[in-house]
Amino acid sequence: MLDSALSVFTAGRNMARLMEGLGVTVWISLASVGLSALIGIPLGLIMASPKRAAAKAIRLYLETIRVMPILVLLFLFYYSLSKVGINLTAFLVSILVFTLWGAAEMSDLVRAAVTSLPVHQKESGRALGLTEIQVSLYIVIPQAIRRLLPGVINLTTRMIKTTPFVFFINIPDLMKVGQQIVEVSGVRDYLASVWVYGFIFLIYFAICYPVSLFSRFLENRWQSG
Amino acid sequence: MEQEILIIRDLQKSFGETPVLNGVSLSVRQGEVLVIIGPSGCGKSTLLRCLNGLEPINSGEIEFDGKIITGAQANWNLVRQKIGMVFQNYELFPHLNVMENILLGPLKVQKRPKAEATEVACGWLERVGLLDRAEAYPRELSGGQKQRVAIVRALAMAPEIMLFDEVTASLDPEMVREVLDVMLSLASQGLTMLIVTHEMGFARAVADKIIFLDGGSIVESAPPDIFFANPSTERARRFLNIFEFDEDKKLGVS
Repeated sequence: MLDSALSVFTAGRNMARLMEGLGVTVWISLASVGLSALIGIPLGLIMASPKRAAAKAIRLYLETIRVMPILVLLFLFYYSLSKVGINLTAFLVSILVFTLWGAAEMSDLVRAAVTSLPVHQKESGRALGLTEIQVSLYIVIPQAIRRLLPGVINLTTRMIKTTPFVFFINIPDLMKVGQQIVEVSGVRDYLASVWVYGFIFLIYFAICYPVSLFSRFLENRWQSG
Repeated sequence: MEQEILIIRDLQKSFGETPVLNGVSLSVRQGEVLVIIGPSGCGKSTLLRCLNGLEPINSGEIEFDGKIITGAQANWNLVRQKIGMVFQNYELFPHLNVMENILLGPLKVQKRPKAEATEVACGWLERVGLLDRAEAYPRELSGGQKQRVAIVRALAMAPEIMLFDEVTASLDPEMVREVLDVMLSLASQGLTMLIVTHEMGFARAVADKIIFLDGGSIVESAPPDIFFANPSTERARRFLNIFEFDEDKKLGVS
């Protein structure tokens, strides 16, 4: 049995291909999370500010994206962008869609982190003679980051584990490669699917679980009171 | 007589259409302890908050150390270093430990050398019995300990006046005493203090002068012996009766 498992991974370039697939998964995740932060943080700050019209527009974007299945967005962008003359690779479409989603979620996390700070915290800083800039620097921002990070990490794992949807627009991510290997090896070895998908399961676990643990660690450490 | 350090002249303050302070005038001498009492919503907290610029005033003026501190060229960042304030809900910074909370003002605002500021902070912490908690985070402290740290944080700036805004109102009864004791000792040491409180026994013990505020005006202003024994206005008498009644009820239960 172990032989059959080993042969699935040692046959041809199977292991190398799986690792390439993992690379694609990691790339899409990293790029999407990074871009989401880059776009979502300013959006969140605008939502937290008194700019009513802008905040409403972002809120509408957020609610729209939230109720939309990621797969629908992937298909919509993948199949229709080229029809209006925008030619993006499937890889770029996936980053675009995940960023649209991630930035929306990120903006809401940032808004919550900034607005949940009690107004008295700022007053207490002012009462010490701190300038407004110092109040932001030493009191508001450090506390906002502490409130923000667990949510951001949680969003990161959610984004990583949603990336297999790119399977459907034919991106050779971990899942797609796994399926291709199963299709070929399954002919000889009826347990190939178990080995391959089990392996993929372990890889996702190995990526997401430490991230999730780290988030819990931070929450415990930064728990305010 | 000591010099007048703080003079408030005809202070008017309203929130939107609602007037909160209707022409409050009073003066505080160096080393004097004023206790401001009055029913909820009488404007006592607002009065304190106007004194260090947390609330903008509508009209009138405040003179501190011989200078007018209100008006167009008000520099509140400077004034706040000399008029310290302690809040009802402590408002320690949860991401900083006790020592970091205390040193934030001296280091960042007053730019004092760290060694010197730390020494001053340790001295104060020792006085309030919390030197061993210097590394603790606010969440690890009891309410009474938090409030004592908040007092030290304000004192570390070496203010000339301290404002106390109902600093025991959020505390469990058994922790009220430890905070009031610290304030009593500060008063006996000659610190100028303006205290808003509902602790009548404490007011009586600590005050040089009681200010009774009602409906945004000073209704009565008298030394504590006279005010508590024989208030000259009907409104003050009625207000004090409320506490008498509460007192009797507590006695009845225990």
